[in-house]
Amino acid sequence: MRVRRLAAWTALPLAVTLGLAACGSGGDGGSGGSGSSAVSIQISEPKHLVPTNTTETSGAQVLAGLFSPLVDYDAQNKPYEVAAESVTSSDNKVWTIKLKDGFTFHNGEKVTSEDYINAWNYGAYAPNGQDSNYFFEKIAGYADLQGKEPKAKEMSGLKKVDDLTFTVTLSEPYIDFKTTLGYTAFFPLPDAAFSAPGVVKDSYEQAPIGQGPFKMKGSWQHDSKIEVERYDAYPGEKPKVKNVEFRIYQQLTAAYADVLADNLDVLPTIPTESLSTAPSDLGDRYQSSPMSSFQFLAFPTFDKDYSNPDVRKAISMAIDRDEITKSVFKDSQAPARSFVSPVLPGYRDNTAGAAGEFNPTEAKKLYQAAGGPSKIVISYNGDGGHKDWVDATVNQLKANLGVDAVGSAEPKFADLLTKVENKQPVGAFRMGWVMDYPTMEDYLGPLYSTNGSSNYYGYSNPEFDRLVKEGSAAKTQDEAIAKYQQAEDILAKDMPVIPLRFGENVYGHSSKVKNVEMDLFQRVNLIKIEAAS
Amino acid sequence: MLRYILRRLLQMVLAFFGTTLIVYALMFAGQGDPIQALAGERPVTPAQRAYLTEKYHLDATGVGGFFYRYFDYVKNLLQGDLGQSLTGRQIGDILQAAWPVTVKLALIALAVAIIFGVSAGVIAGIRRASIFDNSTLVLTLLVLGIPTIVLAPLAQYFLGVKWQLFPPTAGSQPTFYALLLPGIVLGSLSLATALRLTRTSVAENLRADYVRTARSKGLVKRRIVTVHVLRNSLIPVVTFLGVELGNLMSGAIITEGVFNIPGVGFNLFRGIRTEDGPLVVGIVSVLVVVYLVSNLLVDVLYAVLDPRIRYE
Repeated sequence: MRVRRLAAWTALPLAVTLGLAACGSGGDGGSGGSGSSAVSIQISEPKHLVPTNTTETSGAQVLAGLFSPLVDYDAQNKPYEVAAESVTSSDNKVWTIKLKDGFTFHNGEKVTSEDYINAWNYGAYAPNGQDSNYFFEKIAGYADLQGKEPKAKEMSGLKKVDDLTFTVTLSEPYIDFKTTLGYTAFFPLPDAAFSAPGVVKDSYEQAPIGQGPFKMKGSWQHDSKIEVERYDAYPGEKPKVKNVEFRIYQQLTAAYADVLADNLDVLPTIPTESLSTAPSDLGDRYQSSPMSSFQFLAFPTFDKDYSNPDVRKAISMAIDRDEITKSVFKDSQAPARSFVSPVLPGYRDNTAGAAGEFNPTEAKKLYQAAGGPSKIVISYNGDGGHKDWVDATVNQLKANLGVDAVGSAEPKFADLLTKVENKQPVGAFRMGWVMDYPTMEDYLGPLYSTNGSSNYYGYSNPEFDRLVKEGSAAKTQDEAIAKYQQAEDILAKDMPVIPLRFGENVYGHSSKVKNVEMDLFQRVNLIKIEAAS
Repeated sequence: MLRYILRRLLQMVLAFFGTTLIVYALMFAGQGDPIQALAGERPVTPAQRAYLTEKYHLDATGVGGFFYRYFDYVKNLLQGDLGQSLTGRQIGDILQAAWPVTVKLALIALAVAIIFGVSAGVIAGIRRASIFDNSTLVLTLLVLGIPTIVLAPLAQYFLGVKWQLFPPTAGSQPTFYALLLPGIVLGSLSLATALRLTRTSVAENLRADYVRTARSKGLVKRRIVTVHVLRNSLIPVVTFLGVELGNLMSGAIITEGVFNIPGVGFNLFRGIRTEDGPLVVGIVSVLVVVYLVSNLLVDVLYAVLDPRIRYE
């Protein structure tokens, strides 16, 4: 009997504690957006909220509310000044940036040229490990901040002129520098962000202080939400809504269910599995707009199976892009036959020429004449929803080229890239690209230059390198575009990769909001969005 | 009894270090390139790579490197520091946020299993071969046959979106009501098993000698069932539910994803996906403790249910 009683006394408090924990904070919160005036937007958990450390869409979406960029892009994707009064240069090498008067940080600090210089130096200093480090590489003195123990802490190219003016000296002339300034990495940081010169406080990104139209309301609630409210001292165009709640979802399908139930206002990406039902589910609240992503099939040009450009062209001709974008993607993406996105100034239709046209008979002839491999492997990352289109492509290659073809999944994109870097045989492999800023150079330089940061296919053509370089150093935009287009023509001849699809924003919203617009970077325009009356 | 519990607690320490060592070793062996995994589809700059490699001792490879990193981890763990995940957040903070909501969800699921599963099991056991018994058997078969990955979205679509009886998602600070639907979905599987276990056990005990004796003494049926049969029938059910509590906490990955509950299951999934070794090991360590404690609780409960069971 004693044993039993003791046991009961041990077990009971444990059970009660667990039970209480369950009832604990039952009453507060709630997920429903109803009743509050905030507009809610789906994001996933941002990795970081420091401007120079934010490269993914979700973090950029939040920062786009908290900060105001130096320049933004108009309907033609040409830059215009927002926080900058002017961005000028006579030789494209020394740029003078004048700031607009009247901008203040959310803590009341006045925005000065030093806030930009400090933030950029912080981002470029390698030991800080910032994701956007390489965005500053064109600025003079960048190299001195690299390595384990850099020689300098500040870039020599940044000079303060007065409180509202500073100059940026580049190591080489670069015509598109003004365009790059719209990117997240070029936001300023207030003095309050730093605990010591050049050291950003760990706590800063829990509640970032910016100079944009919205300020933080509370701090970042990890895995849950980030709330912002209108900043009344903002001198630019005022947003129409007072509060925005960035709600963090792990799965798009959960967010989609919430949009259907009017529990969430904006879903920037419709999940692939709901694409076919979304138009009828959402009606005119299902929308699409141009976006900058570019999907392509890359070849290890160092592999003798694929080293002949004719083999690559034949494979390109054997793929029916229209069919795949229609059946697999329900027209949520557009077939691609050029190497730069249609959203850019300087885009031309169908630069891939004959190789971009679907022509199975020619393809087979060319493939056999060029001696292509008897088995084509297309590698992809299994976690990204690529299986369907790879399978469709493989089937087309089988039917149209009369060869054996298979798709081969790697667990993650990282595994795929590691294999490619180690030159292990992976066959052809899928790649994607989203631009950082709207210039043709952003689609050409990093992907195909001999030392390009994302050139995984060993492609190297000195003529191409020269043209891209000349384009960057050109005196006028027209001249630059002409050079870039010539470079693109070389790609069409060599076909190191074959273009497959250009992306589109496919998004949906609840019946409680209107004027939902999305930009080329998959971000919701927070100034335009309105509550539906 | 006290000596027994103390001995079990000592065993738990050993089991804890054994399991963390194994999980750490598995994570270590399976790790590809965590830095690239973290960056997703972007190229990683050399500066970034050097920074992260140094911060997480990723340059320590091979057997020596493994023990160096493991002991470094254990050292911090003993100081109450679970370390940082590869995203730079404190794992302690992540768990602190994820834990309460998962516990709530698991307890709702467990309550559903106990209230519905055990009581229906008792009724089915008493009225064997009745319509109720047969229909619950078919229903449990159905529930056991449908995986959560199908059941959860279906429940969300019909009960949440179409008929709007429940909110479709719960979020991170959910109300009891918002957690009810995911709790039922999560609990349905253990409900079916608990029902079947109870039914068999009750049916068996009803035929036992002591029930016949009680009946011949003239005891009313209600007293026979509640006091004599139920108590003896609950032992296998309690064993099952005790282990199930641990399962519910770690196994809520799918349910948490579908209903957008940022709990333990989701964080575990994210850790595995991004090869975030420290996060996975941190969560598993805590889950191991949950399993060990709930097992101890079950063993102690045996003595309450059956006085013949004694611990020395």
